[in-house]
Amino acid sequence: MQKLGLIVNPIAGIGGRVGLKGSDGKEVIKKAMALGAKPVSPQRAVEAPRELVPLKEKILLVTYPREMGEDEAKKAGFAPKVIGEITSGQTTAEDTKRAAREMRDLGVDLILLAGGDGTARDVYDAIGVDIPVLGVPSGVKMHSAVFAINPWAAARIAMEFLWEELPLKETEVMDLDEEAYRRGRLSAKLYGYLLTPYEPSLIQGVKFASSTTEVERDEQAAIAKHVVEEMKPNIVYILGPGTTTRAVAEELGIRNSTLLGVDLLVDRKLVAGDVNEQQILQAIEGKPATILVSPIGKQGFIFGRGNQQLSPEVIRRVGKDNILVLATPQKLALTPVLKVDTGDAKLDDELRGYIRAITGYRQTRVVKVV
Amino acid sequence: MSDWYRQARWDREGRLEPLVFELGGPGHIGYSLPKPPEHTNLPKHLLRTELRLPELSEVEVVRHYTRLSQMNYCVDLGTYPLGSCTMKYNPKLCEELASLETATCIHPYQAEGTVQGALELMYKLERCLAEIAGVARVCLHPSAGAHGEFVSMLITRAYHEFNGEQDERTQVIVPDSAHGTNPASAAMAGYEVLIVPSDARGRVDLRALEAAVSERTAAMMLTNPNTLGLFEDRVVDIVELVHDVGGLLFYDGANLNGILGKSRAGDMGFDIVHFNLHKTFATPHGGGGPGAGPVGVTQELEKFLPVPVVEYDEKRGEYYLDYDRPNSVGKVRAFYGNFGVLVKAYAYILMMGARGLEEAAEAAVLNANYVMRKLSGTRGYELKFDATGPCKHEVVFSAEPLKRETGIGAREVAKRLLDYGMHAPTYYFPPIVSEALMIEPTESESRDEIDRLINALKAIAVEASTDPEKLRAAPTVTAIGRLDEVKASREPILSWRMYRKHRA
Repeated sequence: MQKLGLIVNPIAGIGGRVGLKGSDGKEVIKKAMALGAKPVSPQRAVEAPRELVPLKEKILLVTYPREMGEDEAKKAGFAPKVIGEITSGQTTAEDTKRAAREMRDLGVDLILLAGGDGTARDVYDAIGVDIPVLGVPSGVKMHSAVFAINPWAAARIAMEFLWEELPLKETEVMDLDEEAYRRGRLSAKLYGYLLTPYEPSLIQGVKFASSTTEVERDEQAAIAKHVVEEMKPNIVYILGPGTTTRAVAEELGIRNSTLLGVDLLVDRKLVAGDVNEQQILQAIEGKPATILVSPIGKQGFIFGRGNQQLSPEVIRRVGKDNILVLATPQKLALTPVLKVDTGDAKLDDELRGYIRAITGYRQTRVVKVV
Repeated sequence: MSDWYRQARWDREGRLEPLVFELGGPGHIGYSLPKPPEHTNLPKHLLRTELRLPELSEVEVVRHYTRLSQMNYCVDLGTYPLGSCTMKYNPKLCEELASLETATCIHPYQAEGTVQGALELMYKLERCLAEIAGVARVCLHPSAGAHGEFVSMLITRAYHEFNGEQDERTQVIVPDSAHGTNPASAAMAGYEVLIVPSDARGRVDLRALEAAVSERTAAMMLTNPNTLGLFEDRVVDIVELVHDVGGLLFYDGANLNGILGKSRAGDMGFDIVHFNLHKTFATPHGGGGPGAGPVGVTQELEKFLPVPVVEYDEKRGEYYLDYDRPNSVGKVRAFYGNFGVLVKAYAYILMMGARGLEEAAEAAVLNANYVMRKLSGTRGYELKFDATGPCKHEVVFSAEPLKRETGIGAREVAKRLLDYGMHAPTYYFPPIVSEALMIEPTESESRDEIDRLINALKAIAVEASTDPEKLRAAPTVTAIGRLDEVKASREPILSWRMYRKHRA
């Protein structure tokens, strides 16, 4: 018997159809309700367990009361084990966090999480990478890589993970500034990582049947080895966020690099950690510099998602020719084209075309930037 | 239909046919060894008193290997549509000729005057291959396709060194639809690998290539037709782009089965080409055993070829081996190539003749297109790239729709095909097609056989909905069912010694 957790964020997605671009904060939810919005999440959430009903004898579905999963599970045809307590109609982020923690403590094999980026952040806050989590996309913004492409795909991935052993992978949880987003500006921060079953049909190949995390780590290490070998003295290396760039720091023996922020390296040493735009500009004043970035999240953005410290001015000062994109072959298979959204349309245009991404030790790939 | 095949399974009390070391027993004699000499010059620490070799009678040996062969599958048993491998029939006449004493009982150290026939055969095979690929000279030494690629990269290095450009030219461009060994061969020769993507038609993205070429380009490695079975119709532009920056063009000719007699690497503007005799020229696939991957070059690159080169002295009327080549990359293997393989390939070329080789390509391309047309529209399979034009010698379907609808992917389709008594197509390759099923029927298959293959693939697509468990469990009628492929490749047990250690 496999233990599968189900957490539904009942208000996720409420702001989407009415054009509010998200559902973070009580005010927004009230506003959405006033605009006649209906929760999207419960309808989407029911599709995943429904797909798993043929296997219900083999699954113990653990869920939270009422609209946080119980209703959806029953509607799908399961007889779930319901834990915890909520005040129906007034659920909050705290309920999501508590549910995640309790499911972890009960030893569930996988949590299915119906919601959006905000829900993923709550679960990350609660349990980090303690147990695997898979997102059923039902929010407004799903920039995090923890989400399956649709509820049916989520069910299939869950099935494969529970019975055929899919590898696990650290996937990005994104934090998009909803206020800025409502004003028409995308500004996403890399918030953290969740442990997600990784579906190899996206990337196929026998070697991936072992452990994607392991294979991808090896690939990241190979990229890092190449980058470090090519490093030159007196150049300021601006190391963007993410696990691929972290590998470069690790290759240099730097253990305290900033996973979610930007670090500066000179002569193979960390000279400043977690810097902001102004600090970068000061550091590169009158000095040659190189930016090392890795695509963040699912959409393949190399600028403008999770690394806004690398502002248009920073990019211009460094120069297009001094941007090194680092991406494992696996990452590029998921995002075969790269994107830029620096906030400066003219700069975005200049960055478009073809660039070279370092994909391994002495291995580069020409990739389209759109 | 699937019950017409059942593979032999020799097992005793749940154990498959034992290893040869576990068979026989003391005193089972196969043949007698000559008495060792009283005195040898070998140092004492190399002398062994105990060999621990198995002792088996002749009949035990014969039965052992016959049983193993019955638990195997081969081109002589049935359809073998393993894409990119060209598993065509190996004519028995070629095998017979290669078994003649004049081929098997000569030694590479023999005086040239006593092996004139062998030298003549190599000289003439070289001329044939040069004519087929449209190049000036060919080296027969490399013992495998990837070895041929590697030698080609060594020649590329020698060329740039000769021009004093070895320090600037550090990159080799490889399309993402290339043979998997290309990047490895370039890297082994010390080059950085620069990969260019394919466009929506499954051909090299020319704009990406424009961004890739530079004064740092040493060479580009191109497979044409590529691994999607598609002809690079902009090959002339590709060649020009690379030549314009001073790079060389390498043609991966592992598989010429789609273009024999129709187009030639040399005519397309390539500088270096390699051949896999075990694909195009019907010699058996060694599976790690003896192969042959000759390399052909233009006149300009001739001086860099490995030594020795077989030459003909008209005055003496004799063939001889020429080692006096100062610009040569040197030796790339012991002696002159896998001679037995060369004999089979030469016999095949003479047997087929120019027109025959062309017909082989025509039939191979026709068969692949027949599969493409007949299988197109089958629910579950789709063509990812250019679905309009003809393919060449192979066709790549994607089982992605099947995977999406039923959860059954290319691997399950391939495994299930074994239950139908056919070898699987290549699956999960090329990596640019998700759930790839790469089918290459070759010219050897009759229409009946190809129809059988197509019907099996269609039946499996239906089974994916009606009986998915059967596919997940497949193959079930073979001697060995599904293996733990990851374990097999990570912890292989390759010798009796390793096996003993593993068991202990």
